[in-house]
Amino acid sequence: MYEREARCAFSRRQTSLATGQAVGSRVTTRYDAIVVGAGHNGLTSAAFLAKAGLKVLVLEKNPYFGGATVSRELHAGWIYSNCSYVCGLLRPEIYRSLDLGRHGLQVVPYGGGVGFTRDGDVLGGYVDKEVKRREIARYSSKDSDAYLRYGRDVMRQCRLVRSLLMRTPPDPTSLKPRDLKEMLYIGGEFGKLGEAAIYDTLRFYTMSIADYLSEYFENDMVKANFAGSGIIGTALGVYSPGTAYVLLHHYMGDVDGQMGAWGFARGGMGAVSQAIARSLQSMGGEIRVNSPVAQIVTRGGKVTGVALDNGDEFEAPVVLSALDPKRTFLGLLSEQSLDASLVKRARNFKIRGSSGKINIALDGLPSFPALGPNHPLLAGDMHFLDSLERFEKAYDDFKRGTWSKDPYLDLLMPTMTDPTMAPPGKHFMSVFVQYVPALIEGRAWTADDREAFKKTVFAQISRYSPDFEKLVLHAEVRTPQELESEVGLTEGNIFQGELTFDQLLFNRPFPGFAQYRGPAKGLYLCGSGSHPGGGVMAAPGANAAREVLLDLRRPTTVPGSWSDD
Amino acid sequence: MRSPRAHYLQVVKHTPFHTRTHAANQLNLWHRWRDYTVSDAYFDVALEYTALRNACAVFDISPMTKHRISGPDALPFLNRLVTRDVSKISEGRVGYCVWCDDRGQVIDDGTIFHLGQNDYRLCSQERQLDWLVRSALGFDVQIREETAEIAAIALQGPTSAAVLRAMGISCIESLTPFSISVVDLAGAPLMISRTGFTGDLGYELWVAPTHAEQLWDALFEAGALYGIKPMGTHALEMARIEAGFIQAGVDFLPADRAIRTDRTRSPFELDLTWLVDFNKDHFTGRAALLFERTRGPRYRLVRLDVEGNKPAKDAYIYDDKRRVVGAVTSSLWSPMCKASIALASVEVTRGSPSDTLWAEIYYQKELKWSRANARCRVVSEAFYTPARRKLTPPPNI
Amino acid sequence: MIKQKPTVVIGAGHNGLVAAAYLARAGQAVLVLEAGAHVGGAAATHEFFKGFRVSSVSHLTSLLDPVVHNDLSLARHGLVFAKTHVKSVALAVDQEALVFEGAQLLAGTLSELDRAAFAPFVKRMQRFASVLGRQHGRVPPRLQWDRLIDAWPAARFGLDVRRLGREDMREFLRVITMAIQDVLDEEFSSDHLKGALAMDAVLGTKLGPRSGNTVFSYLHRHSGQGHLGVALPQGGMGAVSQSLAAAARDAGAEIRLNSKVTSLEVSAGAVAAVLLESGERVEASTVLSSLDPKTTLLALLGARHLDTELAQRVHHFRSIGTAAKVHIALSGLPQFRGVQPEHVGERLLICPSAEYADEAFNAAKYQRYSEQPLMELSVPTVYDATLAPPGQHVLSAIVQYAPYDLKGGWEQARAPFEALVMQVLERYAPGIGKLVLATELLTPVDLERQFGMTGGHWHHGELSMDQALMLRPVHGIAQYQMPVQGLFLCGAGAHPGGGVMGSAGRNAAAVVLKRPS
Repeated sequence: MYEREARCAFSRRQTSLATGQAVGSRVTTRYDAIVVGAGHNGLTSAAFLAKAGLKVLVLEKNPYFGGATVSRELHAGWIYSNCSYVCGLLRPEIYRSLDLGRHGLQVVPYGGGVGFTRDGDVLGGYVDKEVKRREIARYSSKDSDAYLRYGRDVMRQCRLVRSLLMRTPPDPTSLKPRDLKEMLYIGGEFGKLGEAAIYDTLRFYTMSIADYLSEYFENDMVKANFAGSGIIGTALGVYSPGTAYVLLHHYMGDVDGQMGAWGFARGGMGAVSQAIARSLQSMGGEIRVNSPVAQIVTRGGKVTGVALDNGDEFEAPVVLSALDPKRTFLGLLSEQSLDASLVKRARNFKIRGSSGKINIALDGLPSFPALGPNHPLLAGDMHFLDSLERFEKAYDDFKRGTWSKDPYLDLLMPTMTDPTMAPPGKHFMSVFVQYVPALIEGRAWTADDREAFKKTVFAQISRYSPDFEKLVLHAEVRTPQELESEVGLTEGNIFQGELTFDQLLFNRPFPGFAQYRGPAKGLYLCGSGSHPGGGVMAAPGANAAREVLLDLRRPTTVPGSWSDD
Repeated sequence: MRSPRAHYLQVVKHTPFHTRTHAANQLNLWHRWRDYTVSDAYFDVALEYTALRNACAVFDISPMTKHRISGPDALPFLNRLVTRDVSKISEGRVGYCVWCDDRGQVIDDGTIFHLGQNDYRLCSQERQLDWLVRSALGFDVQIREETAEIAAIALQGPTSAAVLRAMGISCIESLTPFSISVVDLAGAPLMISRTGFTGDLGYELWVAPTHAEQLWDALFEAGALYGIKPMGTHALEMARIEAGFIQAGVDFLPADRAIRTDRTRSPFELDLTWLVDFNKDHFTGRAALLFERTRGPRYRLVRLDVEGNKPAKDAYIYDDKRRVVGAVTSSLWSPMCKASIALASVEVTRGSPSDTLWAEIYYQKELKWSRANARCRVVSEAFYTPARRKLTPPPNI
Repeated sequence: MIKQKPTVVIGAGHNGLVAAAYLARAGQAVLVLEAGAHVGGAAATHEFFKGFRVSSVSHLTSLLDPVVHNDLSLARHGLVFAKTHVKSVALAVDQEALVFEGAQLLAGTLSELDRAAFAPFVKRMQRFASVLGRQHGRVPPRLQWDRLIDAWPAARFGLDVRRLGREDMREFLRVITMAIQDVLDEEFSSDHLKGALAMDAVLGTKLGPRSGNTVFSYLHRHSGQGHLGVALPQGGMGAVSQSLAAAARDAGAEIRLNSKVTSLEVSAGAVAAVLLESGERVEASTVLSSLDPKTTLLALLGARHLDTELAQRVHHFRSIGTAAKVHIALSGLPQFRGVQPEHVGERLLICPSAEYADEAFNAAKYQRYSEQPLMELSVPTVYDATLAPPGQHVLSAIVQYAPYDLKGGWEQARAPFEALVMQVLERYAPGIGKLVLATELLTPVDLERQFGMTGGHWHHGELSMDQALMLRPVHGIAQYQMPVQGLFLCGAGAHPGGGVMGSAGRNAAAVVLKRPS
């Protein structure tokens, strides 16, 4: 089937970038390094390796590249960011180092967000902090001041986490100088927090978002307003310990130094992978689409290359897999070549899908009576759960094996900000939906399920936007099943694995494999399944490239963190 | 009336004096003070400052955060909140105070107005409702933010008393510094406190927002003969530094906003030891401050008389061995002292009056940048404290 | 009569008594003030029906600190166990019960794989638990970079983890924050077994098997360093307290009953006296409170004597009890489905699967009680004839989840809840209803009223990672010494937490004795 290339509709100047096409005859070509999977992390790894002068090939199973960082024209004239949809985590060090701005990436901040209550009011997350405070004060004046303390404490945690993003986690069981040094570094960063904040950090990592928020806020709507970030992409509820960290994962980004801010990639999220790809290609790297890898070939405990589904083989002493750990270990490597304990680890890796997506082409701007026309927050994210109990009940449905009947939505219309994604006056609406299980009561999704699921979501939106449904021209429903079959995210988990402490830092993806190296010499993991995890951050890809270059004894091209003092 | 949720349409609000300040603001220079807009300068900063030191000047302080604290436990609550003994602030008096977090680091400074029995007002630079409410656990008090309910204006300068006299307000004869009196302004209560942020003779006037414009007009009518002028934040800042007053967010980082926890200061480190009373009952930060008293503080706040005529803006402070020991937090060419003066935070081992410090000053004249190393003398008193500030009855001019 | 200013211990619960005994043995004049009419606090035995006595709250010991047992010669002071190494018997309606004790699987239908995985799993968990167990007798660390000496216990903890060896250490660091169900799913396929093991992780907590931190609570439950396993004290839990009281008195401590402390008097940042409900004032410069942290610091002391942030942390200490107690006087020995007659006196568990526990937990989240509650049952009279008339029996049931903050309140919910409990019991022990002579229900609200534990929480507060070790009860006061000079916390709200353990009392006494005079 012919898939139209993702491209920037507004400028229309982009032509096909993917150099390789499916190759008919059996060939063997040698490279210095091969990256499996052309998602943003795979491309990032490749770009840094190319920057170091390596001959690099990226192999992508789909006819388009970008993985879950794509812009797709699935309805004529509309560009969908049909997986990831906002950009805030992308490490600025990488952005700059790969010259993504000059390669066409433009990240633009959007204005705030808004929560709707069932009784027709809103809680606006205005960009101006005084306006936001006054808005919270409409619900609780105490909470409006507590918000400042909340922001401070979350920022303290963000600073700590950010200092670890562009580093390789130490192995706490190791006594190697580098590991000890890194442990000391982490200890030092901890120490800088000061005693009280150290304890707060320990609590933060083991608390539920509900308990955490209760230490700041009294009003349920205010809590609900902040709770969403604690569960996005996670198969946990707001009362589950560990969700406070997930919140952090959504706060630690920034747009031009505005910590916690989110933006759009102009032209859709595909613009991110396009820019990285251009950067890669400008340095001589090669991308082949329509090239699904069947196997990573190893000989005598060493990687020798990869074999494609069609039998083509490519040789390289270094192979990086941007696929998730399950697909890498249980799919690309032969089980026999792995230790039983490693197979068990890979099998037990928690990679539960918990979210879905509906991408919608709209014939016009839907009205949201609670906001009124021309409201600035029409450009922001919209949420419709106004109590923690509704959040938790949404999770209960999921635990019982079905999608939430009253789901958490993160709804955005990027076209309110970005004119490139739909014809003038028309809109693209991106609806992130949680919770959505990978299987319905243990079985695969059916067409009826998908239809019923769509109805559930539309019903919630329509409650706050009566004219929404009649504006719908096209809707793409993506359950975890589609995310797995199309993008290759196992169980449709958007982070390539749960972001709980047992799968973070030196535990990501599993203990003993957190330093990007796989079980065979020359094999590396460079996807979100590795530290520091998911989101369009590109840090795992960059960190993996650093380890490769270290092993090859080449000077690194990967930037370190910028100091923020 | 617009729905309350439409407040976002007016991001920055007007103070109750806005019609008057707007009319007076010939330069159209404004500055955002949290929710409100206030004048940076009205006609000329130097002349506004001169009005303050030579006649009198009016500054709109309505945006200042005001909290009302009342109830049977109001006094014990405040005593647990701030470091000084509030029981010594009798009814009708005002007290300057600071409050600290558990680590003994200063959250903010402010003034406590003892309005009546079990009834206090706390004025501060930063918003404090969260901290106050959290501190109220176990106390029978009511705490309410009342910033928008009171219009306030500072009338400062040598002729300020004369202006009030001309308005027929006789109670000022006996009003001592840090005292409060309430008079009648066209049927509404007008509270007068002999307080201010200028180190000069001066008053702050408090009235219901509905009577704000009336108050402004009355002041300017009565003050016409006494050189009354409106004054913006720039002129006030000059007076503040001359008086040696510190300001949250400028001379210290409010502890409850600190993301980097090592950037904050204790009262000892801000030269506010006199505000800490270990003999009263428990207050937040007491244990930490007791410990600090034995261990010694890390920094000290010094007032510097800087040699030469260049303001030491943002200057690093060096000791005799060319080692960086601190930095300037506020600086000014003082028209009254005819000196370059500065407040600086330096390591505690340096900065006693006998020490010589150096300020590394960068300045430019006609786009040419120069560097000067200016010798600094540590002064122990405020830079400028006119005697009239403390005289009761206050002098006429 | 005590002449010198006494060291006062508030509350004659087991931890208070342990602290009193240690202090008295060290030569201090100790006065224990107990609000109730008997010693033991929640570690007590009471008569709930004529001739029928039962452990009031906790009914089995597994954590009793062996050092305390030994130091205070509890055996000499009358502590006898009617049964040690009590087995766990996981009930099922439609199959043979699973019986296990420690890593030994004694009966039950399981797949070969599950059977093979059981012992290694339990043993590994025991190794992990012993790392926690080793911390029980230590004062938790403070993490101050400028006072590294206080961080020494943290380094020791690190060394304990390291001593596990590389593989175990890695696994320990991975699982310690996990949900028990995720770990069980990695190892086993049997719902029945997973339910039984999950029960140990959630009992006494406001967590479900899918909640993170439940591996930690599982480990805590197994962190006892004793050699008795799970044990049944002769005469009920009150016997433990009686022996502790005897040890304390023997060492010279005075225990005054019916002496409720209502407040603490503070002068110049130090404790000066305790005030009793009777109006009496007892001067004291050293006071240990075995009451829960909220009662001690916010009610007796008062938030005004604390710094704001600390007071807030104590205020937010999570202490919503979720476990109720049901006591039933039976005219004969009940029969349980799938249970061999010789196992009726063991620890019987109703939690047929982890999903069952999870559903039960869901109710607690919304302040409702579980329609299908978990239960831990004990029929102590099988081994202990002192608790009921001959031939008759007592059934003691811990029933969960029965949240303290029940929507609508417990008053109107009592009858339906009791009926529900009987209904569930009837399913597992058909005919039990006909044996019932009397029942007693103690909800968390009752427990709070009777024993003064805030929220009716058995452990004085949730034992999750964010309230454990140097975070227990809250950071800044995890070293037993409270911020007011002379005041110490010695109850379950302090490290290492709840369960009839006595370690908190022992550690607090050690801190008091070590303090520079």
